[in-house]
Amino acid sequence: MNLYPIADARYSGAWELPSRGPVAMLSLIVAESAIFMIFLIAYIFYIGKSLNGPTPVQVLEVPWLNSICLVSSSITIWRSERAIERVDIVRFKGWWLATIVLGTTFLVGTATEWRRLLYEYGLTIRTNLFGTTFYSLVGLHAAHVIIGLLMLAVVLMLALANKLGEEHADKIKTLALYWHFVDVVWVVVFTTVYLLGR
Amino acid sequence: MEEAVSTIAEKDKALSPDGYQTFFEGINSWIITVDHKRLGILYIIYSLVFLLIGGAEAICIRIQLAQPNNHFLDPASFNRFFTMHGTTMVFLVGMPILFGFANYLVPLMIGARDMAFPRLNAFSFWLTAFGGLFLYFSFVGGFGLYGTGTAPDVSWWAYAPLTAKAFSPGHSTDYWALALIVSGFGTLGTAINILSTIVSMRCRGMTLMRMPLYAWLMFVVSGLTLITITPLTAAQLMLLIDRYFGGHFFDTQAGGSAVVWMHFFWIFGHPEVYVLVLPVFGITSEVIPVFSRKAIFGYPAMVGASVSIAFVSISVWAHHMYTVGMTSTSNAFFTLSTMVVGIPTGIKIFNWLGTMWGGKIRFATPMLFCTALVFQFLVAGLTGIIQSASPVDWQLHNSYFVIAHFHYVLVGATVMGIFAAIYFWYPKATGHMMSETLGKWHFWLFVIGFHITFDTMHVLGLMGMPRSIFTYQADRGWDRMNLVASLGGFLQGIAVLIFSYNLVTSYFRGEVAGDDPWDAWTLEWSTSSPPPEYNFATEPVVMSRRPLWDLKHPEDPDWRYDQ
Amino acid sequence: MKNKTFSLFKCVRSLGRLRGVSIPFALAGLLLLGLYTRGTGTSVDTSIFSSLSTPGIAITNLTILVFCITGAIFAAVATLLVVVVVRFRNQGEDGTEPPQVYGGRQLELAWTVMPIVIVIVLFLATARVIFAVQDPVKPGSAIDVTVIGHQFWWEFRYPKLGITTANELHIPVSSSKHPVPTFLKLMSADVNHSFWVPQLGGKTDLIPNRVNEMWVEPLKTGLYLGQCAQFCGVEHAKMLLRVYVDSPEQFSAWIDNQLEPGHRDPSVENGRRIFEAEACVNCHSISGTKATGRFGPDLTHLMSRSTIASGVSENNVDALRDWIRSPDNLKQGSLMPAMQLSDEEIDAVVKYLVTLR
Repeated sequence: MNLYPIADARYSGAWELPSRGPVAMLSLIVAESAIFMIFLIAYIFYIGKSLNGPTPVQVLEVPWLNSICLVSSSITIWRSERAIERVDIVRFKGWWLATIVLGTTFLVGTATEWRRLLYEYGLTIRTNLFGTTFYSLVGLHAAHVIIGLLMLAVVLMLALANKLGEEHADKIKTLALYWHFVDVVWVVVFTTVYLLGR
Repeated sequence: MEEAVSTIAEKDKALSPDGYQTFFEGINSWIITVDHKRLGILYIIYSLVFLLIGGAEAICIRIQLAQPNNHFLDPASFNRFFTMHGTTMVFLVGMPILFGFANYLVPLMIGARDMAFPRLNAFSFWLTAFGGLFLYFSFVGGFGLYGTGTAPDVSWWAYAPLTAKAFSPGHSTDYWALALIVSGFGTLGTAINILSTIVSMRCRGMTLMRMPLYAWLMFVVSGLTLITITPLTAAQLMLLIDRYFGGHFFDTQAGGSAVVWMHFFWIFGHPEVYVLVLPVFGITSEVIPVFSRKAIFGYPAMVGASVSIAFVSISVWAHHMYTVGMTSTSNAFFTLSTMVVGIPTGIKIFNWLGTMWGGKIRFATPMLFCTALVFQFLVAGLTGIIQSASPVDWQLHNSYFVIAHFHYVLVGATVMGIFAAIYFWYPKATGHMMSETLGKWHFWLFVIGFHITFDTMHVLGLMGMPRSIFTYQADRGWDRMNLVASLGGFLQGIAVLIFSYNLVTSYFRGEVAGDDPWDAWTLEWSTSSPPPEYNFATEPVVMSRRPLWDLKHPEDPDWRYDQ
Repeated sequence: MKNKTFSLFKCVRSLGRLRGVSIPFALAGLLLLGLYTRGTGTSVDTSIFSSLSTPGIAITNLTILVFCITGAIFAAVATLLVVVVVRFRNQGEDGTEPPQVYGGRQLELAWTVMPIVIVIVLFLATARVIFAVQDPVKPGSAIDVTVIGHQFWWEFRYPKLGITTANELHIPVSSSKHPVPTFLKLMSADVNHSFWVPQLGGKTDLIPNRVNEMWVEPLKTGLYLGQCAQFCGVEHAKMLLRVYVDSPEQFSAWIDNQLEPGHRDPSVENGRRIFEAEACVNCHSISGTKATGRFGPDLTHLMSRSTIASGVSENNVDALRDWIRSPDNLKQGSLMPAMQLSDEEIDAVVKYLVTLR
């Protein structure tokens, strides 16, 4: 128990500190950015250094549609954040579902691209340096998309069961931060792999 | 308010009048706990066990090297022992114990009820613990204990391509990578937790510039950890992709680069050693003022120096790579950045001396360890500057001079700081004082042994003895110094055994501590010893950096000077 | 027991008063320790301060400068620490707290600016040596050697001279009048190694899939010792280096000997046949025979070397016999397999090998 009661009238006013959810998510984002950075550096360093096999310019097609889907999903999730702030659960569900659909489309697009690379060009993770760094980097991103979609799906189920309310706006915001992060990472990866690196 | 306090205490009693019913309920309460204090203690006990194991590995190494051409350990076993010694001390002792202390102290110091995410806290601990146990399982895996199993034998920095399947066909590298990936996630969880706690849960009136310096240092360390441990995780994932999916990240036969592993490893490795030393700077910044009876000299400068160290430490990593054939411009750049990081570190030493100057210094055991820490860190910092000059490092790299330098930091500063922290906060956590007599025996034996061992290692390095060797030629003239270094190791071992005995017996026989045995000034000393599970009955409100000083000296409080 | 402890502690604490007495004892103790640890018998010098090669001497000079500067800083700050500990220790319990001093701007500025100045000075001195050593001008008279690191031996090739040898390097001595530095190209056949002969200068790593360069310029003839300085596996500790710095005459003689084709002594024909028939030829080369393996050392002039197994053992009949019968005895984990030859076969092969001068 406290033997020294510590109190003072000076601070009976406002004492607002940032909410812990977004702080933690931002910290996680910083950490994950470091992991992505290392994979990105490896990709960039090994551009043009493969000893054999298909090169990026030979096999890569710029996934414009895919990327537009993913970037748009950031807009849709932002709209759903606004919706839950206004406690408009119906609109929230709509925008949230749109986010999931766009995210899933992205994943399907990536899977299709990989299928083409594997079966048409025989590019695997062990083919050459390009194969190793490409599948690792894009795969790492895709794994993060999958985790994100799983979390989004859980929230959607809660929303459909009418368990979501105004008090969850903060947690939705935290999750949305993660999704925005996944999006930004894709912009960087896309630019490096498909635009600059070919 | 007194009423509120006694009601809470009565409520506690009402809930569990007889304490825990059975021994197993007691154990269970520790396993499922999410209380930051208990998790902190779990981390600390876990680390101390591994300190003894890692120390035993060191003793074996020193026995083998005490004589030239010795046959105590065969080369394969020696390589496993020195790899495991390094990996254990960094990942299973250093990181967990420092984050364990942070777990225990940070919420108490900032007037919070617990960490921001108590369940994440527990999960992080168990991940770290599992990683360590998995690493040690490698000793019994493979061909079993007689052949020292398949424990990692690729050195703690695990350079490629020695770690490729071609050159390490067994599972030793896999144990190394997997164990550290798992415990790395644990560390990350704790770092995120500490950051969130400090940002979001400080008590009323505690602005960032009023936090205890220890909290500041853990804030900086947690931020640094986010971008320190993750490059290692990434590199280890790449290594596993190489070993199991046929990747070529570090496959020199396919055009991959061994130097890329080195860059990634040291981008982790260098900030990592700052993660290992900054917390004990925080501990020192708490202990020295209390035992000098003066406020810390230059608090804002200490904060600035800590943040600078963290930032600059990200830019120095390739001073571990001066001999790999980088360009002269690169070598010059890293020489400069490494020398620059010595500036804020030096400032800290001066500020500690400034704190002690004009004080009334009481040399209780925590203060003895912190004073030795200041001296040893001075030497360590200077030997770091010596090696920062790349041409000098072309001679000293991978020699015993490097081993001497980093043991001066990690044992002379980190371990001694941990000892100081234990003697200082043990009364708070257990309600009993540790024996001062045994503490002083521990201190003197350990410091003397430390200097015997590591001072001679500096000379061995200057005499051209490289590291990572299981034996050496008799005609090199290194034999006597090696024997002396080994004897110093035994002395340190005895000291640590005395300490372990003290740690255990003081819990049962130590003098009752009371709330504030050291007459200190930060919030943790305002709670009972040990603190109740909820820490503070009412949220504290602070007006300065030393709230208890204000209470004890109402005629001359800190806030009058805007401190 | 308690009293003994207390008096030990009090004794140390009163060092301040016993200053005069204790210091000579401490110095005597250090001197004895220093004499004891000087090593046994005649040690070959691998001290970094004994450099006899131009880049090494530049490094030694910088090292001395850096030690002096850091030594001065150490002396100043350590003295300050001792003064503080002695002068401000608690003399009595009068219950008052000392004056609380929270900081001092001028002082803090001073001890920030001073280190910055020291860093600038140190850095400039260092940068000069970095560029001088790493970016030298290569004279035409320079000798070129290619060093290839293996687990756990050294391969040396002289591309311009057409010589291949192992573990013992011969280079000519240089002088200011007739500069003959040796420029080394460093490569690796497997994992990372590092070439370190302290008396010749700093070390440089051998990294697979990478060519590193270094140079040495020894100014005195003699035998210089070193060893691998980058952990490379089980027998890293036994990957020793012997560098013979020869006078111009000795070096010419050595080159001539190395250029001779492998000796063909008819009396050891039996041993040579066994050598060629067994798996030896998969790893080793002997010019003039069927053996052209590159995995192990070139044995054409094996007996021109004073040690075998990269310096682990003297090069004589018994050692060779031991080595061939069971390499693990001399170098556990060496990549040379036990050849499973009978004793007679080993004798014959060894008789053949000792003719390879």
